[in-house]
Amino acid sequence: MAVQASAGTLRKQRARASAGVRGYGRATPYLFLAPYLLLFLVFVIGPALFGIWMSLHDWDFQLPGKPFVGLQNYKDLFDPLSATAEPFWHGMRATGIFTLASVPFLVAIPLALAVLLNRKFPGRTFFRAVYFAPYVLGVAVIGLMFRYILDTTFGILNAFLGLFGIPEIGWTTEQPWAFVALVAVTVWWTAGFNAIIYLAGLQDIPAEQYEAAELDGANTWQQFRNVTLPGLRPVTVFIVTITLLASANMFGQALLITQGGPGDTTRTALMVITDTGFSQFRMGQAAAMSYLLAIFLSIVALITFALMRERKS
Amino acid sequence: MRRRPSAAFWVMVVLLTLLVVVPLLWMVITSFKTVGESQSDPPTLVPEDPTGRAFGEILTTGGQNPVLRWALNSFAAATLHALLVVVVASMAGYALARMEFRFKNFIFSFILLTLFIPGFVFLMPNYLLMDNLGWLDTLWALVVPGAAGAFGVFFMRQFFLAIPKELEEVALIDGANAWIVFTRIILPNAKPALATLTVLSFLANWNDFVWPLFVLFSPERLTLPAGLSLLQGAYTTDYPVIMAGATVAAVPVLILYVFVQRYVIEGVARSGIKG
Repeated sequence: MAVQASAGTLRKQRARASAGVRGYGRATPYLFLAPYLLLFLVFVIGPALFGIWMSLHDWDFQLPGKPFVGLQNYKDLFDPLSATAEPFWHGMRATGIFTLASVPFLVAIPLALAVLLNRKFPGRTFFRAVYFAPYVLGVAVIGLMFRYILDTTFGILNAFLGLFGIPEIGWTTEQPWAFVALVAVTVWWTAGFNAIIYLAGLQDIPAEQYEAAELDGANTWQQFRNVTLPGLRPVTVFIVTITLLASANMFGQALLITQGGPGDTTRTALMVITDTGFSQFRMGQAAAMSYLLAIFLSIVALITFALMRERKS
Repeated sequence: MRRRPSAAFWVMVVLLTLLVVVPLLWMVITSFKTVGESQSDPPTLVPEDPTGRAFGEILTTGGQNPVLRWALNSFAAATLHALLVVVVASMAGYALARMEFRFKNFIFSFILLTLFIPGFVFLMPNYLLMDNLGWLDTLWALVVPGAAGAFGVFFMRQFFLAIPKELEEVALIDGANAWIVFTRIILPNAKPALATLTVLSFLANWNDFVWPLFVLFSPERLTLPAGLSLLQGAYTTDYPVIMAGATVAAVPVLILYVFVQRYVIEGVARSGIKG
């Protein structure tokens, strides 16, 4: 009874908390929303719809006419004989490999980092700030810095590995090293970001759950598997989603570190899209490419969601 | 969990710290080397013949690589952008957290949904929009479009939901209007969230790479990240100059970060768990 009553009160409190404050005029909410909504419509909704429109036209922005071509831009991407299909799928492959290779590390390493930082030890806040620091630097700085560090002949990484007798590795000029390098640099750059989100998630898991598990005789590993991991599931879904989005957007690292090479192997989808749109001025086709990539991405995200839910039940 | 950290634990913590610090130090050290020394094998850990030549090159060649100008552009764009975000996002976030109106949930869900649309979708259409507005190659292209993102609104709304309502109700009964309640009561109580959002927006804008690369053309109008890629093209093998450029872009944000890291880290943490 008592439990039910408190649950009822809680529900009422929640309902109250989500309801607005009385006493504001009818137009007031709209006036407060107006500046943002104006920006939102002009720079988000408008462009999203305009992009679809563009993708249905032969939108070479150097030409006066932009004839309607229906789904031709999309069809071309599936026609091996068209000029756009080959580079596009090549770029999709590079983005796909990078995503597949980076996401597991960008989930697992931050999780380990968060578990490490969740322990109480002197200087914890300091180390937390240090591990996050790379993230405040932009991809331009990261890219230039690692291009030098990874240089085959005078990069410090090869010099360091040479101390252990490891021969020179072509981090930016050979495969699979180029992908290894891009993934490692991305982990170096963004692991702290994901770790902070995991850390917040860890601190949200009630201590009683660990105490209960300990009473049941669970060891550290069992506690991690049965309390920590399930407790972090929502956070993990969030992290996987934003990391997938970020990986699909990969551009700066490849542009600055490997310059798309060796060959064209690390020329990502976004590099192909910007090249088609901004260098070849075929913006309609570039728009079609972005939407196709976005569709792929949402399919991957949906599959991930489904898999994560499966594991729950 | 409650054991004292072991020696192995400290070794790991220190190694990770080195892993973060060494590349950054290497960048700074290199910027003080001569071209020859930057390519020596094995590399020297301390510049044998330290020189400020690289910094001189990028900070004084004026017309060709106006690094100071780029830094100024970046600073202006990031500051104006952050201010715009804070103003529009706090107003909208407040309406969505505290006011009653039709379609409120629909509008909020719709805004939230766009958080998951990948950025590249907006690249071509927003570029053409900039072209039509006459904003290409101007500060406006850097300041305004990004302010339409969903994150700020979402972030401010979550914060406002946690402020006790009684504060506003009393003021309203006393006859204050919505704007007075918002500016005199709500915003002063939201200072930590406003600071966090300002810092996060500033950093995101300062570091943005793809967008400025395509909407800016004139060398004197570039931002630091866009300018750096130009620098790399111009000084292909002059690593001290390239590292000096990267240092100029990195050091201000790292210093800023030392002072505001609490806001940055809390902001990131908060955006994750309540999502």
